Amino acid sequence: MNAPPTRPNRRTAPRWAHWLLTKLHPENTLEEVEGDLDELYAYWSKRGGQTQATLRYVLNVVSVLPPFVRRRKRIEQRTQQPFFLHPDMLRNYLKIAFRNLRSQKVYSFINIGGLAVGMAVALLIGLWMYDELSFNRYHKNYDRIAQVMQNQTINGSVSTAPAIPIPLANVLRSTYGSDFKQVVLSSWTEEHILSFSDKKYWKTGNYIEPQAPDMLSLTMIKGTRAGLKEPYSIMISESVASALFGTTEPIGKLMKIDAQIAVKVTGVYEDLPYNSQFSNLDYMVPWQVNVAVRDWVKNSAQKWDNNSFQIYIQLADHANMRQVSARIRDAKLVNVSEQLARFKPEVFLQPMSRWHLYSEFENGINTGGQIQFVWLFGIIGVFVLLLACINFMNLSTARSEKRAKEVGIRKAVGSVRAQLIGQFLSESLLVVVIAFIISLLLVQLSLPYFNDIAAKKMTMLWSTPVFWLLGLGFTLLTGLISGSYPALYLSGFQPISTLKGTFRVGRFASLPRKVLVVVQFTVSVTLIIGTIIVFRQIQFAQNRPIGYSRNGLLYVQTTTPDIHTHYDAFRADLLQSGAVTEIAESESPLTSVWNVNGGFDWDGKDPNQQPDFAVVGVNYEFGKTVGWQFKAGRDFSRSFGTDSSGMVINEAAVKFMGLKNRNGGSPIGKTIRDGDLRYKIIGVIKDMVMESPYEPARQTLFYISNFPSNFINIRLNPAMSASEAVAKVGVIYQKYSPTAPFDYKFADAEYTRKFAAEARIGTLASFFAVLAIFISCLGLFGLASFVAEQRTKEIGVRKVLGASVFNLWGLLSKDFMVLVIISFAIATPIAWYFLTNWLQQYQYRTDLSWWIFAVSGGGALVVTLLTVSFQSIKAALMNPVKSLRSE
Amino acid sequence: MRRTYLGEFEEVVLLMVAILDGEGYGVTVSQALEEHTGRIVTFGTVHNTLIRLEEKGFVRSELGGATAERGGRRKRLFRVTALGSRAMQEIQQLRQQLWQMVPPNTLQLGGI
Repeated sequence: MNAPPTRPNRRTAPRWAHWLLTKLHPENTLEEVEGDLDELYAYWSKRGGQTQATLRYVLNVVSVLPPFVRRRKRIEQRTQQPFFLHPDMLRNYLKIAFRNLRSQKVYSFINIGGLAVGMAVALLIGLWMYDELSFNRYHKNYDRIAQVMQNQTINGSVSTAPAIPIPLANVLRSTYGSDFKQVVLSSWTEEHILSFSDKKYWKTGNYIEPQAPDMLSLTMIKGTRAGLKEPYSIMISESVASALFGTTEPIGKLMKIDAQIAVKVTGVYEDLPYNSQFSNLDYMVPWQVNVAVRDWVKNSAQKWDNNSFQIYIQLADHANMRQVSARIRDAKLVNVSEQLARFKPEVFLQPMSRWHLYSEFENGINTGGQIQFVWLFGIIGVFVLLLACINFMNLSTARSEKRAKEVGIRKAVGSVRAQLIGQFLSESLLVVVIAFIISLLLVQLSLPYFNDIAAKKMTMLWSTPVFWLLGLGFTLLTGLISGSYPALYLSGFQPISTLKGTFRVGRFASLPRKVLVVVQFTVSVTLIIGTIIVFRQIQFAQNRPIGYSRNGLLYVQTTTPDIHTHYDAFRADLLQSGAVTEIAESESPLTSVWNVNGGFDWDGKDPNQQPDFAVVGVNYEFGKTVGWQFKAGRDFSRSFGTDSSGMVINEAAVKFMGLKNRNGGSPIGKTIRDGDLRYKIIGVIKDMVMESPYEPARQTLFYISNFPSNFINIRLNPAMSASEAVAKVGVIYQKYSPTAPFDYKFADAEYTRKFAAEARIGTLASFFAVLAIFISCLGLFGLASFVAEQRTKEIGVRKVLGASVFNLWGLLSKDFMVLVIISFAIATPIAWYFLTNWLQQYQYRTDLSWWIFAVSGGGALVVTLLTVSFQSIKAALMNPVKSLRSE
Repeated sequence: MRRTYLGEFEEVVLLMVAILDGEGYGVTVSQALEEHTGRIVTFGTVHNTLIRLEEKGFVRSELGGATAERGGRRKRLFRVTALGSRAMQEIQQLRQQLWQMVPPNTLQLGGI
């Protein structure tokens, strides 16, 4: 309609009605209806005048507005289309999808491989999280069991521990009896020698009250859960039973604990699973035996100040955990002397469901614990999977230009959008299903290795329906998410423009793709930085001076007095054998602190200070054996008779007691009072790392102990090989202590175990970082190859005009480099923030120096460059004749 | 084949399209309706009926015949299809048969 249309009656036909018509009437019949109504208006006004015409116009406009108007269908909608989920269509989708996979081998490999690895990681992490969250669920009374804990305020800070005095159990039973079904008093889990005829083993177990098997819902293999009600009885786990008794009947047999206490086997229970807090409960002995054989336990029966025991409870059926926990808060406070009340003891319940995941307390407040790692790894899993999905989406959209023609032809021969979406989604679902199957295989294969790193015994949950439900749901979801972008994007192309060849993806079409690459590399670089920091932190703590020499130092725990009573002869024999340079006795192992005592006093002590010290009883040879280093004073010596009441203290103790700043003088010769006892300080040693290597050493006092000690420390002769020396020591040990197995531990191995948790995080983090980088690079490789392919002609022209290979390489690699640099800029502050927070929890920590970030960024750049260069150099070396010939 | 039924109004409109012989479109059909039957209906009714007739295959349409009067907009001109004319003939035949079966006096009585 070229000429401007003349509209004679336009002046008078109501504009608003016309406007309404143009807005609301269906578009495909608007033109004819507008014209018809105009014509009718003219006709009406000629016959009946303006007013009548206007009225009729309005009425008739309304009659052609929705909902009255009938819509004219488009022609193509009237042709018969097969339903897009028709079985024939589905078969066709699959066939085409397989053909596409086969014709694009590299692309398929990158997609399926990347996704499979990503899914395998997510599956492994899922299994790990499942395992963590199902901790302790073996016990049927999982929801009703709790451990009694107490908060005590010491020197201004609140410390939380499960160590409880015995009389509290009686108070809980008598005063709060209606809240509890069971109140079970227990010792710590201790190592003792179990022996039967000539077999003897170190095993761990508890002295515990007889209701315990019932409370823990143990599965009995022989005997009943009531077995511990018999005096001097013992219940043992299945594996202990088979070790001690083989195939013979264990029930009713008499066996010995530490070669001294005779007990009768009254029950055998199924081994507790490794993911139970009681996994190392090899045996149980009635509490009464503990009272009968140890005087200090008997004496503690009414002592509120001996926090050396544990209490487990099972709630009464009607009771609420939280309410009961609040109710028993002052159970200790109201019963203790004024002196103990100063510690403000608060008693509370730690439910079994929180033992494993929420075990850390800071100032009396639960700060989480393992749950943080469950979250952390969960997030990492999601990210790794996301990286894999991003690859998929990126490669599909990058190929869109190639497939645009296909879409055009499909549309031209009559396929509708729903069918195209079906086509693309079934392609992505096929890829995802193949990837899922491969990932199941990968997980199955890598599970033993992963179990090793994570210190777990996870299995694939093949027979759990929930696992399959989650697995398949997760597959479908991944397929839909990663297939949705290409499916919705590609199917929307206009066939005309794609077939005319004028179709060009706009300048900003690659923007989302670039953003996704940046996300990928941000995650990867963050993980790399994190891994480096974790390892640096471990390294830092390992390099810390530990204050003694741990090479060739081993220790043996003793629970029988055999060695102690023949100590001199034993020592002489060892020294004579040449395997050993020195031995010594001590109350606790070098790698932990067993005793923390209060009640010390000294001149110039602040009366408000709670005098808590780690106390270690040793004998005269201890210093020489472990090789501690003196800052001042001298070591214990048998030649001074007064050394039996002497003390060696560490630097932390000097600082804690304020001996240095107060009078400037040396602490040597000062007196420490413990009730009626007086100790003279004869030496100050450098701090020894006995507890966590990440925390400052505790103030420690060493004194000459004169009762049977728990540990024999042995310094091997460096001139002899360790294995030979250990064998010689073993023979002599067995001669003096025939009833105890020679079970030795190397101090350096024990020390290394302190790093196990951090080392595990480090290994897992590096594992994930490597995978993240791998997946990201896989995607980048694919992208680079498509970019190079797209620009083949351009490269040909540039070469003809004289561009060098180096020029072209730079041209093709530059874009990707920029993306990686952007990701690095984003990753740095994120990593810095999280790692600073992580390091805060360690007293001794490494610093976040700039070079770590530089190395990670540089590393990522190099890896990217290598990945991209393969493609870009290949493209740059191509003969321009080949690329320009076909047109 | 399932027979397509024609409503009464549809039949009248179809007849108008046939009468107008290629010149039938929204305006002419509604004017003819008014002129020949005296029925005044809204434009929307005619519009919808024409679309329905086309869907049933009794008429076909094409765009054309723009005039200045209608602001240069094209008309949608309707023509009866073969199917449409057969349907009309069938109706006509059926009516005739039925008419012949009516006893003459009934009609005369009713006619008084």
